[in-house]
Amino acid sequence: MTDRPALRRLGLLTPALATIAVLIGVPLALMFWISLLQKGDSGGVDWASAPSLGNYIRLVWEEDFDGTMIVNTSYLIILLRSVLQAAVTTGLCLLFGLPVALWMAGLSRGQREIMLLLITIPFWTNLLVRNYAWLIILREDGWLSQLVNSLSPVGPVQLLYNDLAVAIGLTYSFLPFMILPLYTVFEKFDWRLLEAAHDLGAPRRRALRRVVIPIAMPGIAAGSLLVFIPCLGAFVTPALLGGGKTLMLGNVIQMQFAASRNWPFGAALSVVLLALMLVVMVAMAIWRNRRVK
Amino acid sequence: MKKTIIGLALAAATALPAFAQDAEKTLYFYNWTDYYPVELLAKFETETGIKVILDGYDSNDTLLAKLQSGGAAYDVIVPSDYVIPGLIKDGLLLKIDTPAMANYVHMKDAFKNPDFDPTQEYTAPYLWGVTGLAYDSAAVGGAEIEQSWKELFDPRPEFVGKIAELDTASDVILAASLYLGIPQCTESNEDAKRILELLEAQKPKLKMYSSDSTVDRMASGEVAMYHVWNGATARATLQRDTIRFIYPKEGTPMFRDNFAVPANAPHPENAKIFINWMMAPENAAAVSNAIAYANAIKSDEFLDPKWRAMDAINMPEDYAPRLVPTMDCGPAARELRDKIWTRLKG
Repeated sequence: MTDRPALRRLGLLTPALATIAVLIGVPLALMFWISLLQKGDSGGVDWASAPSLGNYIRLVWEEDFDGTMIVNTSYLIILLRSVLQAAVTTGLCLLFGLPVALWMAGLSRGQREIMLLLITIPFWTNLLVRNYAWLIILREDGWLSQLVNSLSPVGPVQLLYNDLAVAIGLTYSFLPFMILPLYTVFEKFDWRLLEAAHDLGAPRRRALRRVVIPIAMPGIAAGSLLVFIPCLGAFVTPALLGGGKTLMLGNVIQMQFAASRNWPFGAALSVVLLALMLVVMVAMAIWRNRRVK
Repeated sequence: MKKTIIGLALAAATALPAFAQDAEKTLYFYNWTDYYPVELLAKFETETGIKVILDGYDSNDTLLAKLQSGGAAYDVIVPSDYVIPGLIKDGLLLKIDTPAMANYVHMKDAFKNPDFDPTQEYTAPYLWGVTGLAYDSAAVGGAEIEQSWKELFDPRPEFVGKIAELDTASDVILAASLYLGIPQCTESNEDAKRILELLEAQKPKLKMYSSDSTVDRMASGEVAMYHVWNGATARATLQRDTIRFIYPKEGTPMFRDNFAVPANAPHPENAKIFINWMMAPENAAAVSNAIAYANAIKSDEFLDPKWRAMDAINMPEDYAPRLVPTMDCGPAARELRDKIWTRLKG
């Protein structure tokens, strides 16, 4: 018992470490292991099968209908589409979230608390219900559709069941995740810096670009991650508002576990999704470290 | 008031000697969405004192995935005919011995001893129906259209852009197979290629793929044609009387849905009470009257006249040869199905 403080620290850390190991480590390890196995005859997993990388190879190479091996572009396209959709959503969230957060930070204390409450209220409702609300707004006899179509110079426009509808639904769903981290940054914002910028002759636009945005960077980074990452795996919104015509990564994974009864391949897709998120997070961390230096 | 209801419920419960109840008066019921009238659950609770908690799924595959994961605990499930042999083989169902139940006498003979569960040790019939084609005759000026899948895969200009497909690979690929004369659950690459080409040509003419809110979408006029079930069509017809139903001549997939009890059911005795209760003619009829699918119980006298007038519920006798039982495809066919679907939507 020479090293008692270290031992005590370990003892105190054990509950946290055990929680992480049991609730995060074990499921992830299980997912990775399953992704190397084969599917069972009527679904599920064949636990006795020899582990192989077959499920990952299938992502890129597959047998065509005439028996030749071809490069399978389906999953690559689905992957790119998911990344693009998530990136567009992140951009839109930033576009709408930044002014809201900035405005909120300038309110009085009481007003700010009311605004925070208003922004979190949608979370009291199920995601599915909120998406259905958009279904009603965007469909042909919905008020938005009728308004747009009465002003449209090119004839009737279909607002629902396309990528635009998915972008609207996702932006709506994830906007609070962008506003809240931005707000925490702006809450501590020293408004005198903005006055100084004006005094030194910076027009509003330049003050925004050179003062506000650099200070908000940690919030922008955190908010973007919080929006981008769950968006990448979203499947309810694309299925509902996208009209099921195109698949996102989340839909393909869901399909493998349900209709296709191919859990190992679904697990492999999940591992790819996880790796993709990891890459984004690491890239973000490196970029931030460089900025700090 | 509350006390009287509880008292009544207790009295009703003790008046049912057939089965011992589980200590906990709860039943977890896992059924297809929109496939059971919730009012009837209140009646069941009043009569037996068992509170039913209803949860919904959208396909047999979802049900299967839940059962295989082992985490879900349900007392009564509603699998379709073709998945039952697999469920029995994998030991996922509990023996309930339906013929020993008091209300078995009410079952129509045609539904006794079905091919998928010959001794009915594991299942009791719930409802049956077909997957066909619904269309709004107003879109074609009240004219009748051909009784063929052609109307769905090669639609008239009036329907283009107003068609909804089911978002279920198995249903869509089965309909395409029937249209092309390809055997169900084909394992041939050549066949798969032809199916994919047909579906790719159809895709731009569709408004959406969706397996939910089918009744609302038709009734509101959001779509003018739907590859959908007959009961859903009948319910939509009540709200929009120009809707018609087609039993395609190339083959109309038929489904027979059944009650069963999962092997890990927490309240198996309550499940048996419920299944027996559902075979009582007035209860079976209450379901058919509410959601417009035919049941397997001698209960026709209770059927609402509004349904008797509809083709979607009462299939003309001479269409019977068109009915095709759905099969459970093997791994190779499922793999091909998955390939078709991913390429179609990728």
